[in-house]
Amino acid sequence: MMEILGLLNDGLWLSLQPTNLLLIIVGVTLGLFIGAMPGLGSVNGVAILLPITFLVPPASAIIFLAAIYYGAMYGGAISSITLGIPGASTAVATTFDGRPLALKGRASLALITAAIASFIGGTVSNVLFTAFAPPLATVALSFGNPEIFALMLLAFATFVGLGGDDIPKTVFSICIGLVFAAVGYDEISGAPRLVFFDISGFLHGVNFLVLAIGVYGIGEMLWTIDSTRGKITSTDAKMSVKGIVSDAKEGMRRGWKGTAIGSFLGFFVGILPAAGATPGSLMSYGVAKMIARNPKEFGQGHPGGVAAPEAANNSASTGAMLPMLTLGIPGSPTTAILLGGMVIWGLTPGPRLFTDQSEFVWGLIGSFYVSNFFALVINVAFIPLFIWMLRMPFTILAPMIFVLSVVGGYAATQDMHDVWLMLGFGLGAFFLRKLDYPLAPAVLAIVLGPIAEPTLRQSLLLSSGDPSIFFTRAIAGPITVIAIILILLPLFKKIWTKVKSAKAETPA
Amino acid sequence: MRRAEIVTAGVLALMSIYLMWKSTELNVGYITGEGPGGGAWPFWLSGIMLVCTGFIAFNWYRQTSPPSQSTEPFLDGYGKKMLLLVGGGIFGFIALVNIISMYGAMFVFLIYYLRFLGRHTWVLTMTIATLVPITFFFFFEALMRITLPKGMKFLEPFFNYLNTIIY
Repeated sequence: MMEILGLLNDGLWLSLQPTNLLLIIVGVTLGLFIGAMPGLGSVNGVAILLPITFLVPPASAIIFLAAIYYGAMYGGAISSITLGIPGASTAVATTFDGRPLALKGRASLALITAAIASFIGGTVSNVLFTAFAPPLATVALSFGNPEIFALMLLAFATFVGLGGDDIPKTVFSICIGLVFAAVGYDEISGAPRLVFFDISGFLHGVNFLVLAIGVYGIGEMLWTIDSTRGKITSTDAKMSVKGIVSDAKEGMRRGWKGTAIGSFLGFFVGILPAAGATPGSLMSYGVAKMIARNPKEFGQGHPGGVAAPEAANNSASTGAMLPMLTLGIPGSPTTAILLGGMVIWGLTPGPRLFTDQSEFVWGLIGSFYVSNFFALVINVAFIPLFIWMLRMPFTILAPMIFVLSVVGGYAATQDMHDVWLMLGFGLGAFFLRKLDYPLAPAVLAIVLGPIAEPTLRQSLLLSSGDPSIFFTRAIAGPITVIAIILILLPLFKKIWTKVKSAKAETPA
Repeated sequence: MRRAEIVTAGVLALMSIYLMWKSTELNVGYITGEGPGGGAWPFWLSGIMLVCTGFIAFNWYRQTSPPSQSTEPFLDGYGKKMLLLVGGGIFGFIALVNIISMYGAMFVFLIYYLRFLGRHTWVLTMTIATLVPITFFFFFEALMRITLPKGMKFLEPFFNYLNTIIY
């Protein structure tokens, strides 16, 4: 343990060198804005700025990229809360409660809760990373396809079992999201699939951002204008130092459970190869809602619903670095690019990296701590700017959101077909929203679909078509059973209420 | 609202059937040695969607869901006007992208929304409508190296000039 602390100390010193510190501050600030821009996420920032890093030594380069990664994780929450459009897939779940809080004029509470939860999530995962990197990598490897599919099933089950919304409409929403995720090419046979009306734009699939921006940037906005008759109340958001402190206290008092769940669950899901921060944040939201005293408050503007996904996405982003460094397996698209960068710099990721390139590894781990701290400070410093944005008259904010939506929809895939599709989704979402169809499950499903389908198919191939594979394996079994119980929960609740009312009616 | 609930359920049921049919272009069964066919996943999911629309219709019949009990119109006069002006505005914005570029379309859309829907002053309208496309231009083209659509050929000299500032 002392040896680890000594190495960490060296790493912290390395990341606090003037050049590296400057890179961290620049990286975090850039990441914050890239993450906040709908359509662009950490993966764009890291990919675009990768060539710049060839000008500095490898340790400084990865410190810079890790800072962008961290900044983007914080930044995703900003547009989710202030504009109601998820800045990145990792911040989809933040929209569920962040936006209602902003609409109630409590955007500062949501932004501060997100910043603090992100900081705690980042710190917890850094400590876990520092202490348990090699053994955790082995655990992650024991997660095969059946286990990952069981986890996906659990994520969907939390939405069905605890949604409280109309169950058939929730299930419909999940399924349509999964079907949209299947558009494009069948990954296993390579054959084109669901290419509607032979329009070639469907060949590259439906990007989740196209659906997410359509639903939140256009559909939800139209619905808000319609239901409030254009008199939006989000403009009374105020900001003061005293307010920041009291919001921070309230955010932690009501969001500590969510933060704790997000920090640990996010880290664990993050280390699983192919999972990453998005499922981590969505699952943490689901679990936080599940164990909340009053789950119905979630979705209406509960700080716990902001804290859980935000703690989780930061925690998972560190977690995703673990299989990359220790095994050479990237846990997310961003870490895949980082891995590419490391190879270009002449470093070989894998178990020997910790011994052969110890200065590099510990410099990187040290930079996680420093980046996390600066991301918190820079984020809080910018909160008044974001609140000021919200105080703009709605007739200025609304066209800006529409412009951001169209540009974001284009930037995600750089195809006008997707912009038209986004408008279609937006109008569809507006009509469905009016009829109480929950749309968040569809967004969740389109994000998780590309993980769920191949893992299901490969598991069934492994078992020659026998679905009992999801019940008989040591890790997958219990997860599947919990998921099924959650799916059946509304039915149990209904029966229980009927039995209770029947008993009450029976004369003694 | 009540009529809209059942009409939507019907449309979604038809869409589910279409998706099931479309999925059958690939094998929807189990192929020995290959696992489930490429169409199986969307086929069965669309099947579940169809069943869900059945339940939605049943709930409509029993009047248990809030929209099936509502006597309010689905879209009143304000809703229709809003959809036409705002939704139509976004439609026009997207339609203009390939003609006068993303930045030009943004400029026109912002003038339309700020001046004609928002009734803001010309000074404020023109300030925002000019600054937003310029900011986007430098953020995307210079910093992120992502090129947004530049519209038809007649705009080429203008963008060539702007590119000389970046490069």
